[in-house]
Amino acid sequence: MNTEILGVVAQIVLLIVISYPLGKHIAKVYKEGNDCMRFMAPIERFIYKFAGINPNEEMDWKAFLKSLLIINVFWFFWGMILLVSQGYLPLNPDGNPGQSPDLAFNTCISFMVNCNLQHYSGESGLTYFTQLFVIMLFQFITAATGMAAMAGVMKAMAAKTTKTIGNFWHFLVISCTRILFPMSLIVGFILILEGTPMGFDSKMTIPTLEGAEQTVSQGPTAAIVPIKQLGTNGGGYFGVNSSHPLENPTYLTNMLECWSILIIPMAMVFALGFYLKRKKLGYTIYGVMLFAYLCGVICNVHYEMAGNPNIDKMGIDQSCGAMEGKETRLGAAATALWSVTTTVTSNGSVNGSHDSTMPLTGMIEMLNMQINTWFGGVGVGFLNYYAFLIIAVFISGLMVGRTPEFLGKKVEAREMKIATIVALAHPFVILIFTAISSYVYVYHPNFVESEGGWLNNPGFHGFSEMLYEYTSSSANNGSGFEGLGDNTYFWNYTCGLALIISRYLPIVGQVAIAGLLAKKKFIPESAGTLKTDTVTFGVMTFCVIMIVAALSFFPALTLGPIAEYFSIY
Amino acid sequence: MRNSKAASLFPKELVIESLKQSFVKLNPRMMFRNPIMFIVEVVTFVMLLVTIWSAVSGDTSQGSFGYNTLVFIILLVTILFANFAEAIAEARGKAQADSLRKTREETPAKLCIGNKIETVSSSQLKKGDIFICEAGDTIPSDGEIIEGLASIDESAITGESAPVIREAGGDKSSVTGGTKVLSDQIKVKVTTQPGESFLDKMIALVEGASRQKTPNEIALTILLAGFTLVFVVVCGTLKPFADYSNTAITIAAFISLFVCLIPTTIGGLLSAIGIAGMDRALRANVITKSGKAVETAGDIDTLLLDKTGTITIGNRKATQFYPAKGIDEQSFVKACLMASLSDDTPEGKSIVELGREKGIRVHDLNTSGSKMIKFTAETKCSGVDLPGGTRIRKGAFDAIRKMSEAAGNKYPKEVADLVEKITSNGGTPLVVSQDDYIIGVIELQDIIKPGIQERFERLRKMGVKTVMVTGDNPLTAKYIAEKAGVDDYIAEAKPEDKMNYIKKEQEGGKLVAMMGDGTNDAPALAQANVGVAMNSGTQAAKEAGNMVDLDNDPTKLIEIVEIGKQLLMTRGTLTTFSIANDVAKYFAIVPALFMVTIPALAPLNIMHLHSPESAILSAIIFNAIIIPILIPLALRGVAYKPIGASALLRRNLLIYGVGGIIAPFVGIKLIDMIVSLFM
Repeated sequence: MNTEILGVVAQIVLLIVISYPLGKHIAKVYKEGNDCMRFMAPIERFIYKFAGINPNEEMDWKAFLKSLLIINVFWFFWGMILLVSQGYLPLNPDGNPGQSPDLAFNTCISFMVNCNLQHYSGESGLTYFTQLFVIMLFQFITAATGMAAMAGVMKAMAAKTTKTIGNFWHFLVISCTRILFPMSLIVGFILILEGTPMGFDSKMTIPTLEGAEQTVSQGPTAAIVPIKQLGTNGGGYFGVNSSHPLENPTYLTNMLECWSILIIPMAMVFALGFYLKRKKLGYTIYGVMLFAYLCGVICNVHYEMAGNPNIDKMGIDQSCGAMEGKETRLGAAATALWSVTTTVTSNGSVNGSHDSTMPLTGMIEMLNMQINTWFGGVGVGFLNYYAFLIIAVFISGLMVGRTPEFLGKKVEAREMKIATIVALAHPFVILIFTAISSYVYVYHPNFVESEGGWLNNPGFHGFSEMLYEYTSSSANNGSGFEGLGDNTYFWNYTCGLALIISRYLPIVGQVAIAGLLAKKKFIPESAGTLKTDTVTFGVMTFCVIMIVAALSFFPALTLGPIAEYFSIY
Repeated sequence: MRNSKAASLFPKELVIESLKQSFVKLNPRMMFRNPIMFIVEVVTFVMLLVTIWSAVSGDTSQGSFGYNTLVFIILLVTILFANFAEAIAEARGKAQADSLRKTREETPAKLCIGNKIETVSSSQLKKGDIFICEAGDTIPSDGEIIEGLASIDESAITGESAPVIREAGGDKSSVTGGTKVLSDQIKVKVTTQPGESFLDKMIALVEGASRQKTPNEIALTILLAGFTLVFVVVCGTLKPFADYSNTAITIAAFISLFVCLIPTTIGGLLSAIGIAGMDRALRANVITKSGKAVETAGDIDTLLLDKTGTITIGNRKATQFYPAKGIDEQSFVKACLMASLSDDTPEGKSIVELGREKGIRVHDLNTSGSKMIKFTAETKCSGVDLPGGTRIRKGAFDAIRKMSEAAGNKYPKEVADLVEKITSNGGTPLVVSQDDYIIGVIELQDIIKPGIQERFERLRKMGVKTVMVTGDNPLTAKYIAEKAGVDDYIAEAKPEDKMNYIKKEQEGGKLVAMMGDGTNDAPALAQANVGVAMNSGTQAAKEAGNMVDLDNDPTKLIEIVEIGKQLLMTRGTLTTFSIANDVAKYFAIVPALFMVTIPALAPLNIMHLHSPESAILSAIIFNAIIIPILIPLALRGVAYKPIGASALLRRNLLIYGVGGIIAPFVGIKLIDMIVSLFM
């Protein structure tokens, strides 16, 4: 077999094999706390004491969400202040200045919502201090926020009838200490061994092979990259993210980083099965997600390795695949795999340019984010799936002649209302913002001109660039079709809005559904109860997602990547 | 009443009336109740404006006048089809209820005023009035017998030709308007105001005035409204997208795409499905007091069934004579028959019958001068005193045993064994004594209704637990429960036991259905999620339940559960079908929108439709005609098969999901082939 493909297969196998025991570990962490990381308990106790938290206090879903939202607001101000004043703070050997308030605003929101859309470049826009105490800190706690929400939902689903869904602070802290922190440490060490810098020295000045002098940025990179990947954050230490040779030096680190993106979201699905003691349910959901993921991988690897037929016609060798925008040390297949991995999750880190991928690869990237449920961001991934699950349960419940119920709880008007809003908000946000930008582009060319013209490519690809930007924002992904000149007022504000809506609306909605269902009376299963852990139901959910989420983008995608595809082939 | 089941789905007169109603229902204020069809009406109106504008201005940038007119007409027809579906469902329900009501309208009533009797029309009767009915009279109104006893022909309501006995006091005192008195005379008190009988309430429910959406219907409407909203956005945003691509899209094309994508099929049929559910209940001779009750019936987890009449045929029957040691069988049977001569209970009669089978006839016996001893609660036995002084008694074994031991006689061991054996076989032993000597035992057995085991098996597969309620002792109850295949039983049941059982089940999150007729059943009927009162039952029972069964058939509960399940299933499958249809519609319309300006997109036209116009017309024509095609299914309901939830889901997903994806591809292509002939 082709070595490149072998690399892809090895990586997927590695993901599946390790996600299983990790899932067990995560379930233990949230459930009994008797996991192998319980030696962290003294540190956790110190944190609780320091912050004045009673980790045993049970919260109902409203109190749970209140804590979640309040702490997010706090972090927002924390980040704003540090970013603006970073020029005066320590650990700034390169003497980088503070961010302007509007850039700091954008950066803060983007990192607070776990999106990590970057309108600055890490080398010059941040100091080592803010890299660590804004970027890295946010990357830990926003990931942990998603995981805590998931833990609350799992607790609500597992209980027979309960008003409370656990303690938000407790879930938040143990997500960091027992899952994210130890895993980041391991990944970080391997990165250091492979040559990723870790230190607080200023820029290096080195002579290049041609004899010229070049300054190379460095810093505490190995500390930040692991959590960037593991926490589905994706905000690179350097401007060009994981295609930078110091952020992602070798094929091995590439495998490791790509693996890190998906491992926790995958393990979360297994964890759900273990936590609920419904392993089969976990496997079914995992199966559906894996199927969708693999379809994307096969499509993208195929098209990237096949190369561009137009360039082929020009007589340029395409046997290495479509290498435009890719790193030669990684190759076409590895970049194709990464492009799927980073978009099914809400990670958004890249190891090549998505803008340069083939049309259908770009479509898969967008579709993954538009559907936004295949594994998804840490914690929040399953939550997105959950809304569709509720819709699928509802329709198929009716189809078997019973008021729909999920895990022994009746699904009624109120839950349907929330699930519908949550599931449909995503296409709403993406389509409406893309429509606004298209409208402005067509009817107000002067304004667009004043903002630098926005699009570097006209035609179908230009449309894809706009669609991609909002898709990425709305999916809290953060990757970009970088042909778009996005550091403008228009894009900063509209994307910021999309970011906030798409992060908090689903979390609030899904925790609310779980809380509402948890309060209901538990109905024991009978022969007439619809089983949700069967292949049939898995197929049903898959179809609901494809028809509801994917098809609403069909007209838009037709005008972008599909039209582009048919005009190339 | 019964034979109307076989009637066609679309009787001519109902169709004409429904066609008229389809236009009446175009009134926006009425359409507003159905958000999806209301939106279709709004865009149809917009289309009308576009059509008029294209006629007046002669501008063809929005398509030709003819094309716009065609689109407008098809959209209008779509709404009319949906209205027709609702109207025909209403009309059928109304016709069914009317035919029930007709039987009781305008019959003369013999009203008692003081001591005088005046003949008035039944419609003038008010609650509390008292009237008299004699043999041959039709009972003018629902009521309760306060004096007398009569045999009544209830075939007009129940279809059952055998007359029934109704008498004052007790649980059999209620009479239904429209039934006929065959013998004797009764005095009846009117229990309902005119226009407020259950039937009147049911008609109001069907007619829509007081029809309320059920919880499931509300949840489904929310989901469908959500889909509709998303398609508003999908179509609305397409305008700037198209502008970016320099593609002009006509208003007609936008509206067509939108109407095709929103779930009009289920939206148009939703209320028809609900009404048809109530109508099906009515056809099963069950009057429901709310649509919700039918829906809840489909969710029932536990079914409480009375043993007598539901699981077993009527009463116990004598099946065997066991003479005691040393007693001749012939003389024992004779003694048994003598003791049962004046026993009018079904058990007594069955003893006489069994005797006849043994070749001993009652009139061969010399019974002149004998004195009959009736059964009383104290003696727990009945019998006869013959002129010669011989006393024959039959009764419960402990009563006879006491009597015989009091006279100083031994209670034979083999009789004790026999009693034990009969009891453990689910039978009831009747011990017979002659002059305080025990001479043998008669075995009475419950006869389990043929086919009832299969019905319970079917219920079990549906996930419904059956519970038998009986006054029998636990041993007998257990035997019959096992034999009939019920899951649980309540033995020696008192009325409050039923209530407690229901409460216990409900605390476990289960929904319980029961059937009852007596006044002491009323609290349990009210407590149960679905309480079906028998029409022959007391007024209190009928008020407490949420359904009334006109046939007084205790097995009706099983049918009701299936009707409820059918109702939900029909909604679910048609929703799936409607949403699955969207795949093909996208592939019909989206290429049609862009193919002219972006020729590269031609391969997307996978159906090879003739032209953009024909593609759009075919899609909306398909979207319209699928509604009337599915009306029969909506009215009849999707067949329920008790094969387990997963298998059922698989089956329905294949038929309505996969079918829903394929059918429009085929349908649209066919319509396009026809349409292209004219273009």
